Amino acid sequence: MRLLLDSTRCQGYGLCQEAAPELVDLDEWGYAQVRAADVPPGSAAAAEAAVAACPNCALRLVK
Amino acid sequence: MTGVVSLLPEGQHGLLLSPVSGAEPHRGAEDLARYLAAGGYAPLTPRDRLLERIATLGLRGRGGAGFPAAVKLRTVRDAPGRPVVVANGEEGEPGSVKDRWLLRHRPHLILDGLRLAAAMTGAARGFVYLSDIPAEQAVRRALAERPADLPVEVVRTEHAYVAGEETAVVRCVDGGPALPTAKPPRPFEAGVGGAPTLVANAETLARIAALHACPDTAAAVAGAHLVTVSGPAGSASALIEVPAGTHLKVLADLGGHGRAEAVLLGGLFGGLYGTGWTDLPLEHDRLTAAGGALGCGALHFLHPWDCPVAVATEAVAYLSAQSARQCGVCVSGTGALARTLTAAARGGAAHDTTDKLRRWSRQLPGRGACGLLDAAARVVATLLAHFPDLVDAHRGAACPACAEPAPEDGRRFTVPVP
Repeated sequence: MRLLLDSTRCQGYGLCQEAAPELVDLDEWGYAQVRAADVPPGSAAAAEAAVAACPNCALRLVK
Repeated sequence: MTGVVSLLPEGQHGLLLSPVSGAEPHRGAEDLARYLAAGGYAPLTPRDRLLERIATLGLRGRGGAGFPAAVKLRTVRDAPGRPVVVANGEEGEPGSVKDRWLLRHRPHLILDGLRLAAAMTGAARGFVYLSDIPAEQAVRRALAERPADLPVEVVRTEHAYVAGEETAVVRCVDGGPALPTAKPPRPFEAGVGGAPTLVANAETLARIAALHACPDTAAAVAGAHLVTVSGPAGSASALIEVPAGTHLKVLADLGGHGRAEAVLLGGLFGGLYGTGWTDLPLEHDRLTAAGGALGCGALHFLHPWDCPVAVATEAVAYLSAQSARQCGVCVSGTGALARTLTAAARGGAAHDTTDKLRRWSRQLPGRGACGLLDAAARVVATLLAHFPDLVDAHRGAACPACAEPAPEDGRRFTVPVP
C-alpha cells in the first residue's frame, strides 16, 4: 500500500501529521512530507486516518 | 548571435545538415520535395523492426529525463485503449534552442517521427504541442503538404518553464491550462482524453525519423546529441550536433569558452559543475555518474569573471518566478532559496546561511508536482558541493559580479533561436 501526496492540494493544515505522525512530517512551512510512500503493514490504519483527516483530499492510498 | 554547427564525422548528416544540400545547415524550412529526396516518409513495414532497433540502439528521450525511448513506446502500445501521440516542442529551458530550431527548419522530420511513433504504438491521433510562432507556421505549412496519414492537430500554448512538462502538455491538449498535475497517473497510463499517451520530445521524434530513413548511420543518429552552448552576456552561443561521448572541453573551445571555470548543466536542471568539468562526457549515464545531468543538452559556461553565486542566484530567482504557484512547498521553497541566496550574494549572509541552504537543498527535491523545485534545489546543492566556501566568502564582502540585483526573467541564460 502506498501513501501518495498531491502537493498541488496540500494547504498545510497539518491534520495528516496529527493523524499519522509516524508516516507524515511537516516541513518548516507547514507542508506535509510523506516519509516513505510504502506504508508498513502495521501502519495501515494510521495511513487511512491521515487520508481521511485532510480537508483538501491531498492524500490518497494506492493498493 | 547563435551559430549552427555539426561535429558529426563527414558523411553523417544528422539533424542539422540537409542530406540533399550538403554540408550547410538548413536555412528556411525544409520543404516536402527536399525531405522526400532525403528518404523521408518511407513506408514502415514489420520487416523494419523499428521498435526493436530503437531498443537495441538505446535511443534516449531528449526532453531532459533521458528515459529509454523504446520502453516508453512499448508501454504506450501495450496499455489498454487507443493511444495518442504528442510531439512536444515546448522548450521550457531558456538556454535551449534545439527543439524550436528543428520545428522551424525541419518540420517534416518531426511529423515523420510522429507518424512512426503512431505506427509503432497503434495511435490513431497525433498532436504537435508548441509555443513558438515561427515554429507553428512551419509545422502548419508542412502539415498541409505532407502525405496524408495520421490526423495531426497543432496545439499552441503560452511559453513557460513548466509548460513542456508532460502532464502540463496533456492538460493543455485537453483544453485546460498548461500546468503540471500530480503523478500517478502518468500520461502513458492516462493522458489525452484519458487515453494512453506518448509525449515525446521533438528531437527524440526527429531522431526516430532519421534513423528510419538512414539505417546505415542509425547507431550514430541514436547516440548523437543536439546541444545549445552559451556563456556570459556578449559571448556567442551555438546549436551543435555532437557524437555521443564528446567531451565538454571540445564544445567549450568551439564556443569560445575554453577558459571557463565552471558550467551550468542541462539547462537549469543539471546544476553547476566546477573543477573537472573539462573531462565530462556528453552522455546521459556517464554524466549522471559524475554527479551532473545532461537534461535537455543546454550548457552555460561560466567565465573567470563570472561568480557561481551570482549565476545560482539568477537561476533560482528565475525558477522561483516561473513556479506555477500550485504547490505550496514550491512557492515557499523556491522563494526561500531565492531570497536567501540574493541576500548572501549581496554580502548579507548570516552565520547559518550555508546550513540553511544545504538543508533545503536536501529536503525539497521530489516534493513538487513537476521538476521545477528539484531544479532549484539542485542548483543550490551543486553550488555548495562544488564551491563549498564561496557563499561564506560573500559575507560582508562586496563581490563585483554579484553587485546587481538578480533579474527574474532568466536573461543571463536565454539564447536566441538561430
